[in-house]
Amino acid sequence: MPVSLENSQLIYHALKSCGVQLLSALPETWLVHLIHIAENDPQMTLVRLAKEEEGVGLSAGAHFAGVKSAMLMQNHGFLAAINGIVSFAHLYKIPLLMLISYRGTFGERDPWQTEGGNVTEPLLRAMNIPYSFLDAPASVEKRIRDAHTLAESSLQPVALLLTRDLMWEE
Amino acid sequence: MLRLDCLRAIYSDLEKCLVVTIMGALPAELQSLGHRPNFFYLQHAMGLASSTGLGLALSLPHQKVMVLDGDGSLLMNLGTLTTLARYKPKNLLHIVFDNESLLSVGGFPTATGTGTDLEGIARAAGIPETSTVRTVEEFTKAIRHAISSDGLETIVAKVEATGPKTFVTDLGLLENRFQFRRHIQSLAAKTK
Repeated sequence: MPVSLENSQLIYHALKSCGVQLLSALPETWLVHLIHIAENDPQMTLVRLAKEEEGVGLSAGAHFAGVKSAMLMQNHGFLAAINGIVSFAHLYKIPLLMLISYRGTFGERDPWQTEGGNVTEPLLRAMNIPYSFLDAPASVEKRIRDAHTLAESSLQPVALLLTRDLMWEE
Repeated sequence: MLRLDCLRAIYSDLEKCLVVTIMGALPAELQSLGHRPNFFYLQHAMGLASSTGLGLALSLPHQKVMVLDGDGSLLMNLGTLTTLARYKPKNLLHIVFDNESLLSVGGFPTATGTGTDLEGIARAAGIPETSTVRTVEEFTKAIRHAISSDGLETIVAKVEATGPKTFVTDLGLLENRFQFRRHIQSLAAKTK
């Protein structure tokens, strides 16, 4: 599978160095390595969800308990989590560190991913969610650290879009 | 059985727990008995009270967490039962007040009014202990037993579809949220 193990490890270590101890996830192709790494890390609480919106509640509970968390999802999972983000994370000022695999953009071969790709950024902007991209190994650690810092200081959801350039090797 | 009578019966037992509730009539009734800093009322995001309880329970394994859910909210996030069952936190107690109605928005019947059995769904999802109670005595006994023992449990309490006239209280959402987190931090400081 041409998902980059090396870059997945880079992302994972950056999350760990931010102090993330709880990770909620719903599997998707680009996230396979990240989920396996989390699974094999005894210091990490990995919560596999039935639907991404549950992750908002998980992260809120962890935040109340003083535990840092992050969410792994596909952009269609972000779409499925929108009500929770607005009517919990925004309403109650809950920091969320959302790592979203950005499917359906240039280079996408799966027809079923393409509509989600078109609406992801417009929705993030409409929801006033600060976002950036993970698109090159050299900037991964700093981007994750900066996103985490902003989420914690502003008490709001922030998003990092995991791009094909970083996650896929062909 | 009235939900308010159930809440009154276990009110003193709630002191030992972190309590997360759904929106609407339930938090209004609980606040009418007296707000406490260990109560968090999720006044929207229907379905996520149980997910919040799971996040708390996994993060604070030595702290009893009680979720006060409702049929309308749980039906919006049935997958939560499979996630709870997957991790089975032994410190999580999931109570579902089932009034077979979306009371807060005009009393329209939910699917439990036409035969859907939430306890059956919880059991089939893999929740290790489940029960359905229909009297305040049964309810109180079930809750006290669950609080004093370890293990994930879903208790469905069949209640009448009645509630207070108004659901808005003078407790601000953010005030509640910050107080709740601060309370948990103070508990952590005490145990250090």
